[in-house]
Amino acid sequence: MIPQTLKTELTEYVKHYPSERVGLITVMHKLQKHYGGWLPDEAIAEAAEIVGIPEPEVEGVATFYNWFFREPVGRRIIVVCDSISCHLCGCDRLVEHFKKRLGIGMGETTADGEYTLLPVVCLGNCDQAPSIMIDEETYNRVTPEKLDEILEQLSAESAKGES
Amino acid sequence: MAQVKVLTKNIDLANVGAPCDYQRYMDNGGYEGAKAAFAKQPQEVQQIVKDSNLRGRGGAGFPTGLKWSFVPMNFTGQKYLVCNCDEMEPGTFKDRALLYGDPHQLIEGMLIAAYAMQMTVGYIFIRWEYRKGAALVDAALEEARKNGWLGKNIQGSGFDFHLETHLSAGRYICGEETALLNSLEGLRANPRSKPPFPQIKGFLGQPTIVNNVETFGNLPHILAHGAEWYKKMGTETSAGTKIMGASGRVKNPRLWELPLGVSLRELIYDYAGGPARSGQDIKAVIPGGLSTPLLVPDEFDTLMDFDSVAKAGSRLGTACIIVFDQGDNMVEATENIMRFYRRESCGFCTPCREGIPWIWNMVNAITQREGKEGDMELMAEAGRWLSHTFCAFAPGAQGPFLSALEKFRGEFEEFIRARGAA
Repeated sequence: MIPQTLKTELTEYVKHYPSERVGLITVMHKLQKHYGGWLPDEAIAEAAEIVGIPEPEVEGVATFYNWFFREPVGRRIIVVCDSISCHLCGCDRLVEHFKKRLGIGMGETTADGEYTLLPVVCLGNCDQAPSIMIDEETYNRVTPEKLDEILEQLSAESAKGES
Repeated sequence: MAQVKVLTKNIDLANVGAPCDYQRYMDNGGYEGAKAAFAKQPQEVQQIVKDSNLRGRGGAGFPTGLKWSFVPMNFTGQKYLVCNCDEMEPGTFKDRALLYGDPHQLIEGMLIAAYAMQMTVGYIFIRWEYRKGAALVDAALEEARKNGWLGKNIQGSGFDFHLETHLSAGRYICGEETALLNSLEGLRANPRSKPPFPQIKGFLGQPTIVNNVETFGNLPHILAHGAEWYKKMGTETSAGTKIMGASGRVKNPRLWELPLGVSLRELIYDYAGGPARSGQDIKAVIPGGLSTPLLVPDEFDTLMDFDSVAKAGSRLGTACIIVFDQGDNMVEATENIMRFYRRESCGFCTPCREGIPWIWNMVNAITQREGKEGDMELMAEAGRWLSHTFCAFAPGAQGPFLSALEKFRGEFEEFIRARGAA
């Protein structure tokens, strides 16, 4: 369950729109963040209550968009652009490297719950292909060697965060 | 043709760094277009945009002034203005540069459009992957509010305009304007049936205009310098400049601002530097983002303007070209292309939801050397059905697909003949 303060904040937020439902996507992003990156059933119910629509309609939205998850995901989400320019510039090589290095394929999460790997539509960095995003960061002209560096840096950051 | 700096006067396209802030924007003639607009009646501003021959920069090239003219000006209820910054067309990366590089230009463009059509509320619809850009726009919106360019009684004009960003949750179909409106309303992003057009019944059933980031970016310059000045750039039917780009197998992939009407050959060989890999000549180009038919070397003298590319059997689209060389196999490229459409179809219309995966299955089988005789004819027939849909998504898939079948038939047949060899 979300804390009352967040619920109040979101309920107030959606009121600034001409129709509360306009705020649904933003509310779902915020709930997803609260629940550690995915939307459990109770989040669907909470979004429905905040916006004032039936739960199945929230479910319909949750299952339509690429960035809403109805099952647990890793602490970090890696998306690999596999659209045409990145395809030409070697994104498949990156996917293979992730498999080798993290042991996961597309749509899978590492056993330690650190990473989920997903394909993504063109990230708009076609001049610097291949391109990937990890959380909010974009990495361009990525090679398997560069990937190793990125992952090492991230695991160092995670280790620091836990200590 | 030489590069020009109109929309990019505050942006270095070779290296889009920190966004142009309010002070620099003002020092470089910022909000002069808005001032010019406020000195005129809304209808006069509409007329200037119509006279400028500005055409939509989101891909369809529909005349902006004409699009606006369907908004009922005697309507007294709430009207809405929406910016489409859902850039997800594969191979297209121009709106990102405009959004991250010069957010005030977008805000000023929207302010001019809002005033012209007396729309007092606006939303900038931004894809989730550009959320860092959305934060830059939020900061610029705050600067604009603080300096009296947004909010109530803007610059003493008596006109109010409230503008905010809206982050999406990722689906290619959100770029289709009626799907975008559904998404903005908190619904699944299925396209709507037209008519009624958004100008009559759009966001929440109210009159609404949706324009692309780059389209809005043109408005401050048109208002500041006039329609005649604007029309001197570009061609007779495609006025102005265009942010063009190149990606794929070229030496110098990046963006440029060029007058419409530059030749495709000049773009590929002079600007983009020609083939990236030695000994591999360029064999095909998708001229305007993925959803436009392929052009081959004997078509490279085509001029990059709306009508010339249409005459060559393709579309200017977003004018961001995707380049293939002789080392690329077009069957494998087609597999990638159809995989994209298969994944992103919203699922509403049968030819799109069922037809695209069906075609992808066949193309994929051919890449696995499992194609059979007759596949070419069957795929071409299935491909023709893709035009029987609600929105432009499936026809968009049809463009590169059918042109690949036609122009690279030999490559498909070679794979089919190699059945069982993989």
